[in-house]
Amino acid sequence: MSASTEVFAPGALQRGATRTPAKVALDAAFAVLLFVGTIVGVIALGVLLFTIYDNGWERLMADPGAFLSNYVSRLPARAGIKAGLYGSIYLMLLTALFCFPVGVGAAIYLEEFAPKNRVTDFVEANIANLAGVPSVVYGLLGLGVFVRFFALGPSLLAGSLTLAVMSLPVIIVAARESIRAVPQSVRLGAYALGATRWQAVWTQVLPAAIPGTLTGAILALSRAIGETAPLLVVGLPVVIFNLPNSLDDPVSALPLLIFNWTSRPQASFAEAAAAASIVLLALLLAMNAVAIFLRNRFSIRW
Amino acid sequence: MATAQSDLSIKRQKPRTGERLIVQALFVCAVLSIAVTVGIIAVLLLDTVTFFRESSIVSFFTGTRWAPSSGGGGVYGVLPLLNGTLLIVLGALLVGLPLGLATAIYLSEYSSSRVRNVLKPTLEILAGIPTVVVGFFALNFVTPTLLRAVFGNDRVFVFNAAAGSVAVGLMVVPIIASISEDAMRSVPSSLREAAYGLGSTKRQVSLRVVVPAALSGIAASVILAMSRAVGETMAVAIAAGNTPKMTFDYFTSIQTLTAAIAQIVGGEAAAGTVRYNALFAIGSTLFVLTLAMNLLSARVVKRFRQVYQ
Repeated sequence: MSASTEVFAPGALQRGATRTPAKVALDAAFAVLLFVGTIVGVIALGVLLFTIYDNGWERLMADPGAFLSNYVSRLPARAGIKAGLYGSIYLMLLTALFCFPVGVGAAIYLEEFAPKNRVTDFVEANIANLAGVPSVVYGLLGLGVFVRFFALGPSLLAGSLTLAVMSLPVIIVAARESIRAVPQSVRLGAYALGATRWQAVWTQVLPAAIPGTLTGAILALSRAIGETAPLLVVGLPVVIFNLPNSLDDPVSALPLLIFNWTSRPQASFAEAAAAASIVLLALLLAMNAVAIFLRNRFSIRW
Repeated sequence: MATAQSDLSIKRQKPRTGERLIVQALFVCAVLSIAVTVGIIAVLLLDTVTFFRESSIVSFFTGTRWAPSSGGGGVYGVLPLLNGTLLIVLGALLVGLPLGLATAIYLSEYSSSRVRNVLKPTLEILAGIPTVVVGFFALNFVTPTLLRAVFGNDRVFVFNAAAGSVAVGLMVVPIIASISEDAMRSVPSSLREAAYGLGSTKRQVSLRVVVPAALSGIAASVILAMSRAVGETMAVAIAAGNTPKMTFDYFTSIQTLTAAIAQIVGGEAAAGTVRYNALFAIGSTLFVLTLAMNLLSARVVKRFRQVYQ
């Protein structure tokens, strides 16, 4: 036994190979530490969700119909989220309408048609940087450009344009990824049958890329719909008593209501804020479920 | 030869005029993103310049008092807001960095694929919680149940930087975890096997081989997380308070750059007033700070990435 160890340089063996009990214990401790660090994040999420549930469930379930169909009120017991809930849905639909076509268009251009040159590089770097701009700065953009310069006021149109601009880089990135995932052979096959580049894109690449793009777009929208800061800066109101009838009408949003109620000292408003948070989380959950469904149901494996 | 070749080569169909229009329309879509950048810079710059015409640029960057609603048009020194933002960034890193890194190493090196398939979507859910809801959680759980229970009711104010830091720290965990994990997973397994072959334990492989090899990605993720913490608005505005001051006391109310924007907007400053223009001066500061961090993060990845065959 001792003869075989002498074959190796003694230092080399002692460095790592000797598994002393202390070292084994250290390794086990490290593994436990990592697991604890990982699980703390999960527990925090659980506690967060429970806090919301604990504060808001009773308020929501006391009279769900009234809570969903009442407008805001100075009396916490009468306050409802109608303006916020419908406002958020209106904002979401318009945001999608504005940024989906432009985002997908930009993605198609960059993936399929853009020449390799400085302009393309600049556009790509620019999109990457836009994705990192804080949402509150997009709010300032909306305030300066849409609300003041185009004189749209704190309206449904100004709010949804602001959210659309904010979501644009995210949608472009998602659409590019799913376009890139379509194998080159599909395009070459189309060319071989005499298709032009656009025909190949329109009839082959795009249909294959749509599920992934939609999934990404819905995820981007669900982020946009949870955003408060840009809408706050644009100046969308909390206290309104009708739903918008046109693009120029003021509109509220669910996160704005939650922020407003959270900022008030009365405990009963905190309960209303938590109840509204439950509705918002349910809305986001539903959107994510749709996104996952689309991804699983329609995505093509090449 | 040349003629024969050109006879044989198949020419791709020339795009029809309609197609040229389509491609041009697509190009416009792509260039719109540049218009957005130009719009942001123009909006910020215009009103910032107006602001500095009415209010000294020197006292903006050196002033230690931020009081936009005080008499005589207000006092605008940005340092207290930078101080508040710095507290939140450092506090968020203190919470988010250990958790995020532990998660990244665990997911990349230790966990079974079954555990991974549960943990990764869970992190995505955490990343998807609206910030205003996280703020509610910080104000109604972190401060009363966590901080006040540990440090005492007298010590911890209702609004405090620590609660804001915990909230933002939780938000950056998914960022640090997912980007760092990607970097660690792209370290080739031959390096790990070589280290095992030399008799390393799993901990040694993780800490001395994988982490150093993935350091550029980890650094990039941390810088991105800091940038995100600088730009985070709602959680901080709700939980960390609206009291701009120069302090390093985490248990008192502070104000960040972003919360100051939210507060001025909440007060509905009329367009053209100094207060209104101050919004854009803070916005510019915020934009430059986050842009610098994002560029740095991208550069770190590009410059220091180890390329393995």
